[in-house]
Amino acid sequence: MGEADLAVTANPLQRIPGVAIVLLLLIAVFGVLAPGFVSAANIANVLVQSTLLLMLSLPMTLIIMTEGLDLSMGAVLTLTSLMVAIVSVATGSMVLGFAAAVAVGLAFGIANGCLIAVLGIPPFVATLGTLGVAQGLALIVSDGQSVVGIPQSVSEIYSATLLGVPVPIVLAVLAFLIFHGLLYHTRFGTYVFALGGNREALTYAGLSPTRLLIGVYALGGAMAGVAGLLMTARMNAGHPTAGLGFEFDAIAAVAVGGTSFERGNGWLGGAALGVLAVGVLRNGLNLMALPSSIQVASVGALVIFALFFDGLRSRS
Amino acid sequence: MTDLTKQVFAPRALISGDLLQVFYRLIAALLICLALTFLSESFLTLANVLNVLRQASLLFFIASGLTLVVLTAGLDLSVGANVALSACLAGTVIHQTGSPVLGVFVALATGAVIGLLNGLMVTALRIPSFIATYGMLWVLHGLTYWYMAGEIIHGFPAGFRQIGSGYLFGLPIPVYLMLIFLGIGTMFAQRTTWGQEIYAIGANPVAARLSGIPLSRRLLLVYAVSGTMAGLASIIFLARLNSAEADVGESLTLPAIAAVLIGGTSLFGGVGTVFGTFVGALILTLVLNGMNLLSVNASWQPLVTGVIVILAVWLDKATRRGE
Repeated sequence: MGEADLAVTANPLQRIPGVAIVLLLLIAVFGVLAPGFVSAANIANVLVQSTLLLMLSLPMTLIIMTEGLDLSMGAVLTLTSLMVAIVSVATGSMVLGFAAAVAVGLAFGIANGCLIAVLGIPPFVATLGTLGVAQGLALIVSDGQSVVGIPQSVSEIYSATLLGVPVPIVLAVLAFLIFHGLLYHTRFGTYVFALGGNREALTYAGLSPTRLLIGVYALGGAMAGVAGLLMTARMNAGHPTAGLGFEFDAIAAVAVGGTSFERGNGWLGGAALGVLAVGVLRNGLNLMALPSSIQVASVGALVIFALFFDGLRSRS
Repeated sequence: MTDLTKQVFAPRALISGDLLQVFYRLIAALLICLALTFLSESFLTLANVLNVLRQASLLFFIASGLTLVVLTAGLDLSVGANVALSACLAGTVIHQTGSPVLGVFVALATGAVIGLLNGLMVTALRIPSFIATYGMLWVLHGLTYWYMAGEIIHGFPAGFRQIGSGYLFGLPIPVYLMLIFLGIGTMFAQRTTWGQEIYAIGANPVAARLSGIPLSRRLLLVYAVSGTMAGLASIIFLARLNSAEADVGESLTLPAIAAVLIGGTSLFGGVGTVFGTFVGALILTLVLNGMNLLSVNASWQPLVTGVIVILAVWLDKATRRGE
C-alpha cells in the first residue's frame, strides 16, 4: 500500500511538466505554422476526434503499468467496429451491435490475459499473435469489403449533442472518470499498481496476479469494443483495415503521458494529455497539408523522444 | 576455465541438444510435406517445390538476422518496414542511375543504418527493444509512404532481375543465396567468439558483462546485422517483383518472427540456431503454401500465422519448464 500511495501522490507532480510542456509546445508551433489551427471549430474537432483514442489509451495505461503491452488493440478495434456495422445493419439495433462489439472485444482481452498470465507468454508477442488473429478475422467476416448502410441510431452516437456538448466528448469524460475512480479509489486500482511495482507482494497478500492481469487485459478488450462503436459511427461504415495502427497512437499517448514501461507506475491524467498531444500533432500536420504518412512518422518520433526522456529521468 | 566462464559459454555444450530440437522440426516439416502430397496433386510438382523454396528463402533472409536479435533476448519489430524503405530507396536509385550495383549498396546501407539506429536506442538510450523497434516501425512506415507518395516504380534491368527470378542449374538463385547465408550465419553463431558471446548475452547478461563481453557493442552489431539482412531481403524482393511499392514489407514482420520462433529460438534468449530458423521458415512456407493449394482464402493467413506464433512460444515455454 505504502509504495503504491507514494507512486500516486509523488510522481504526477514530477510528471505534469513533461507532457504539458510537449502539449503547449505543439499548440504554440501549430498556432503559428498551421492555418486555421486556432479556431473554435478546429479545437472542437481535435477534441471530438481524440475521444476514440482516449477510449483505447485509458486501458492501455493500466496494461503498460503492469509492465505489459497490447499490440492487438488496433486490430481488435477493427474487428469490433465491423461487428457494430454487421450486427446493426442486420438487426437495425444499435444496442445489439454495441453488445456484440463489447463481447468480441472482451473475448480477445480475456484471451490476451490468459496467454500472458496463464501461459506466461511475453505480452508483446502474445498480443502480436492475437493481432494476426483479429486482423485475419476482420478480413474473413467482412470478406475484405466495407460494410455500409449503417442505421442512423449508430451514426448519431458521433454526431449528436447532449446539452450542447457532443456525445463522444460526454462518453470520453465518463470513461475517464470511471477509469480514474477504478485506478485511484478502488482496491483493484491499488492492485494494478502492485502488478507492475511489486507482483510478489500480491502473492504474499493472498491475491492472484493471474486473475488481476486477465482483468486488466479484459478491460482493454472491452474498451476496444466501446471504441469500435465510436469508430463505426464516425465513418458511417465498417472497414476491414480501419483500426490498423491505432494501438500505436494509444501507446504513443501513454508513453508521452509519462507512464513508464519498466517501473510499474502510470498516470491517467498524463495519458489524457498525451492523447491531446497526439491529436494536436496529427491535426496540425493535417492543416499544414502534410500527408498522413508524415503524421505516422512524427508520432513514431514522438514516442522515441518520450522514451528517451523517460530513460533520462529514470537514471537521474 | 573458471566456473563462471563455463556458465557463460554453456550454449556450446548445448549444441547436441539444439541438433535434436532441429531434428524434431525437420520431421515436422517432412510430415507436412507428406500430408500435402496426399491432399493436393499439385504439391509435389517441380514448379511448386521450387516456389516453396524461393518463398522460404525470402523469409529466411529477414528471419536469420532476426534470430541473432532474439538470441540476445531482444526483438526487432521494424524488419518489415525496413524492407519496404530499403526496397523503395534502392528501386528509385536503380531506376534513376540504371546501376544495380549502386542500388544494392543503397539497400544494404539503408538497412544497416536503420539497424544501427535500433541498436543505439536499445543500448545508448536503454529503451526496451520491442518498443524501440516498434516506434521505428511506424517512423519507417510513415517515411516510406511519404517518399513514394502512392507511386510504383516498375521495370528494372534484366540482369538485376536475375537475382530474384533467375535460375542456376535448375534452382532459383535466391535459394543459393539462402544456403550461402545459412552457412555464414551458422558459422558465425556457432564457431566465432562473437557468435558465442551473443549466446552468452542472451543466456545471462550479468554473467556476460562480468566476464568482460562488451555488451553494448555486441548488441549494436546484432541489430545492425538484422537491419542489413532486411536490406538484403529488399533487393531480392525488388528483383523478384520487378517493382517497388510502399506496402511491400507490410505483412513480413509477423511471418519472420514466426519463422524464428517455430525454429526453436527462445524469446527469453540464449537458445536457438540459425539452422532452426531455416527449418522454421520452411515449415511456415509449407503451411501457407498448403493453404494456398487447398484454396483456403488468403484472409486466413494472418490468423494462422498469429496462432502459430502463440503456439510456438507456448511450446518453447512448456518444454523448457522441465529443464
